[in-house]
Amino acid sequence: MTESGTPPENEPGDKELPDWYARVTGVGSSLRQALVIPALALLSALIIAAFIIAVTDVDILPLWGTDPGEAFRLTIGGIGDAYKALFVGSFGSVRAITETLFAATPLIFAGLAVAVGFQAGLFNIGVNGQMHIGGMAALWVGFSIAAPAIIHIPLAILAAIAGGALWGGIAGLLRARTGAHEVITTIMLNFIALFLVDYLLKTTVFQQPGRNDPISQKAASTAEFPTLIGDYRVQIGFLLALAAVGAVWWLMYRSTIGFEFRAVGSNPDGGKYAGINVAWIYVTVMAVSGALGGIAGANQILGLEPYRGISNFAGTVGFDAIALALLGRSHPVGVLFAGLLFGALRAGGREMQGAAGIPIDLVLVVQALVIVFIAAPALVRAIYRIKTPEQEGGTTFSKGWGA
Amino acid sequence: MTATATPAKAEVKTRATPAERRATVIGTVMVLLAVFVFWVFGLGLESGVRSTFNLSLPGERFQNLVWEVNAQWLSFVVAAIMAFLGGLVLRRSHVKWTNVALAIGLGLFALGFLTWAAAEGSFSLVGMLRSTVLLSVPVTLGALSGLMCERVAVINIAIEGQLLTAAFVGTILGSAWGIWAGLIGAMVTGALLGAVLAVLSIRYRIDQIIAGVVINIFALGLTSFLARRVLSQAPDLNSPGRFTSIKIPILGDIPVIGSMFFDHNIFVYAMFLLIIALHFGLFYTRWGLRSRSVGEHPKAADTVGINVYRVRYRNVILGGVIAGFGGAFLTLAQVSRFEENLTAGIGFIGLAAMIFGRWRPLGVLGAGLVFGFARALQQKLGILGTPIPSEFLSMTPYIVTIIVVAGVVGRARPPAADGQPYIKD
Repeated sequence: MTESGTPPENEPGDKELPDWYARVTGVGSSLRQALVIPALALLSALIIAAFIIAVTDVDILPLWGTDPGEAFRLTIGGIGDAYKALFVGSFGSVRAITETLFAATPLIFAGLAVAVGFQAGLFNIGVNGQMHIGGMAALWVGFSIAAPAIIHIPLAILAAIAGGALWGGIAGLLRARTGAHEVITTIMLNFIALFLVDYLLKTTVFQQPGRNDPISQKAASTAEFPTLIGDYRVQIGFLLALAAVGAVWWLMYRSTIGFEFRAVGSNPDGGKYAGINVAWIYVTVMAVSGALGGIAGANQILGLEPYRGISNFAGTVGFDAIALALLGRSHPVGVLFAGLLFGALRAGGREMQGAAGIPIDLVLVVQALVIVFIAAPALVRAIYRIKTPEQEGGTTFSKGWGA
Repeated sequence: MTATATPAKAEVKTRATPAERRATVIGTVMVLLAVFVFWVFGLGLESGVRSTFNLSLPGERFQNLVWEVNAQWLSFVVAAIMAFLGGLVLRRSHVKWTNVALAIGLGLFALGFLTWAAAEGSFSLVGMLRSTVLLSVPVTLGALSGLMCERVAVINIAIEGQLLTAAFVGTILGSAWGIWAGLIGAMVTGALLGAVLAVLSIRYRIDQIIAGVVINIFALGLTSFLARRVLSQAPDLNSPGRFTSIKIPILGDIPVIGSMFFDHNIFVYAMFLLIIALHFGLFYTRWGLRSRSVGEHPKAADTVGINVYRVRYRNVILGGVIAGFGGAFLTLAQVSRFEENLTAGIGFIGLAAMIFGRWRPLGVLGAGLVFGFARALQQKLGILGTPIPSEFLSMTPYIVTIIVVAGVVGRARPPAADGQPYIKD
């Protein structure tokens, strides 16, 4: 993997940011752009989503022909209701805020997983699979041993780390030993994990006695992540996520291995000539990334009702994580804020679905649009007529596969 | 390996070429499979147990064709042939027959397996082969969409999203204005998503994998959103008609083959025609040469006056049309109803089939049929009551793909410039 795109020039007077973001996203690496582009991306996505809400309102559509004024008023009202519900559901009350934090927890872990990969030049699409394997490992520890919570929970998390690291490490090893591109192998490993979970959930080891469908036993109460405040759902997983943000920051910016990760990410050939064992780095990066994904998986089983394994329990978190890592510019702190934002969208989306009748799937549309605008800053610049930097770097960090 | 006269010559002889190494791996695997068939399928059955294969479906011209065999004997014969083929491949003089031997060997293994699974019972072999072809259609069409894009160096992992959205639009238009409108709408939708992929990756040069991920998320979000918001309130928009089977005269009456290939809806015939057209087009026409040159070495192509961008746009959009056609198959032929996340990974099996088929139309067809067979087998295993969990069969396409990209049995080589944006100086 060699870079052909030139990093964009900074505008004079702007604060320097690390240039990996420029490489990953093609955005100029200045602080102003770092904040402006994501904000405009989110704004544009919400505007387009509003348009989608408007044109899909089956009740109002016929009215446009007869009474456009009234139709317009109703449409605006509908959009207003939807976005009000989105806000109320995410920040409008103490419960709403805790729901945002609760929804953000797995997203932060998964986003960190993708971000670590990005920084080392690896694209881990396999967080979904790593969550499944890690989550199953944690679940197994969760119901098969008896221990006080203070021991049980750390053991379960360690199992999740081991499971996720193993599943991610396979992709890293394949990349290092055979050159098989991690995008292909992680996509395939996602599906293998999905079916493996379905199979395991029906084995006598995991399956809830007396059931025929793929559902596991309940984890012991000592393995359940204790909630933080009263009967709100937010649990210690969120604190662990904050700790993980700190840990990843330290790993990437203060440790030798993290420096090697970033060095390989910015230029694998350079890393090789500097004496870094690039093959080993690929394996380690994918293992670290997978371990973070594994914890996200543990959180999806031990962190919420019903504390059981079910089919496809990772849901879309592993894919949301890609959007999140891009939005958070692959920086741990950026990922934290992006995770909180997406958590708010999730929590608010549920309220929007309940109160305003807008299906929560709209959140996926918003996320997709956010990625487009983040990854194609030229698009945002074109829309908002922002001055273009002299040089525009292409996004070319994942070229070709197989070779 | 015996050392011969001079050291230099010995070195030449000991260093196996990649093809020879591959032959060694495949030959060994085949011999091991032969032992497995002998041991598990052969010795595992009681002597005299018979397996019955039904070779005709209800309503066919020739009825009640059955093939009854002694299961144990057949297993022994299969094991013997596989061992022979494996041995043949292991001898270096027969390296070029590796693929043929592998194909025959795997076919025989499948036969041995079915014989074992159907022991003391009967099994509709022709029904299974027919559903193999049908289930391979969306996979193969998806893979062809990927192939069209990757041959001009644009990575398309948005196949899943293209199939899903096209299936959705096909349902709506098919319900409102009839199945042909649905089909055309689905193909236009595929083309539009192809155009989005093309613009994002060619014009805006965003990472093509990110572009693909975006389209997939967008497609899943939008179709699920619309299914819940619109289709749930207007159920009559979710019941398109279906393209029914058109039996080809005479050919359709041939036992087994007729049901497999000549009694299908238009999608199946179109798939076979498309494979032939693309194979011919890609390797024997000016369009194909240009496309391949853009995928392998865009700069050289540009130098000789080929408009790299135009070729890429055109092929990526055409790929979208093919995926749209595949999406239409899902809701206008297979089932006539849209459900959330209807594709459930078919697009990624298509991606796998493209790689397994080594970026070649005929290879893609073969891969599509193999994966279709795995899916058909998975459906039938439950009926036969074998102890093999269906989940492991579901995994096959993905495991096979990892083995292929890892180069264990020969490296699949993508177009050289795959995934790289081209920047004209």
